[in-house]
Amino acid sequence: MNFNIPVPSEDTMARLRATLAERADRQGLLDVAYAAVDSPFGTLILSATPRGIVRIAYDNETEDEVLGELAAKVSPRILFAPARLDPARQELDEYFAGRRTAFDLPLDWSLSKGFRREVLAATARIPYAGTSTYAQVATAAGSPKAFRAAGTALATNPIPIIVPCHRVLPASGDVGGYRGGSARKQRLLQLEAAQFSLS
Amino acid sequence: MTGLPPFEQILERYGADVWRFAASQLGPAHADDVFQEAMLAALAAYPRVREPDSIKSWLLRITARKVIDMARANARAPVPAASTPEPATLAAEPELPDDDLWARVRALPPKQRQAVALRTILDLPYDEIASTMHTSVEAARRNVHEALKTLRAEMRQEADQ
Repeated sequence: MNFNIPVPSEDTMARLRATLAERADRQGLLDVAYAAVDSPFGTLILSATPRGIVRIAYDNETEDEVLGELAAKVSPRILFAPARLDPARQELDEYFAGRRTAFDLPLDWSLSKGFRREVLAATARIPYAGTSTYAQVATAAGSPKAFRAAGTALATNPIPIIVPCHRVLPASGDVGGYRGGSARKQRLLQLEAAQFSLS
Repeated sequence: MTGLPPFEQILERYGADVWRFAASQLGPAHADDVFQEAMLAALAAYPRVREPDSIKSWLLRITARKVIDMARANARAPVPAASTPEPATLAAEPELPDDDLWARVRALPPKQRQAVALRTILDLPYDEIASTMHTSVEAARRNVHEALKTLRAEMRQEADQ
């Protein structure tokens, strides 16, 4: 007796998963949707809850690490579901092409609490092509002396690019550290400076 | 917080098994629907899972329940008129190889039908079949054994005719 049932093809699985993601979203069961998108800064993993963008990761973090963190800290109900990330992908494309200077996307701050969140909120107010120092964002967040803690908050920014921690520099005049690496920070600053001088 | 993997990984690891188990129990035409219902139910309950090590059995148990639900719903549905067209997506699914054997499997008592598919298609060891079906290991073994005995006898009978 030959008990054989073939494994469904990749196309079939992709179709089943797309339908599942859509239905899960409609039923309020898709706590975290994610997608991988190409960018001039490498493949980005974008993720969003129903409230907004919760996490952006550069490719120096693996997909397993990023999804594992989201599962532990936000919810394990995570599916590959690019549709929810379409607006973010579009705005990021425009930003990288120099056609967008501010993001108009709802954010979910679940991964940042307390002072860190204050620091990131202050960072989000630094305008395009502007820069600030760790001491300045610490002050803006209400604790002028806590510039080291401000540095930690920025180093663990869960939503880089959209929350522009690349605009915060050490007082020394160096580029300083960045979750996606200093080289990317430098390039983001150059991108914004170039667009700014054109306008 | 729980130590549960992202649900996407559960789909990746066990999605094909869920579909194949559903196809073995109800035929490939219904496997897509069972897959969706089982995965939605699993996703709804997922954050409350307490034993991350036995997720596969848990998922197959949900699938088995959805198979029964769907079989009941199909039985209650009005006798299908010949004119009722199958949805296009279902019609596109290929038939199973050796469909005749699967038709016989589907005619077995439910416990035997489930156990023999878990054993032969998903290659589950008896202790996992037992845990999936909430039976003793001995009962799992017996269910598979009885199923195979019946199927062999039917095949032999057919060969003799």
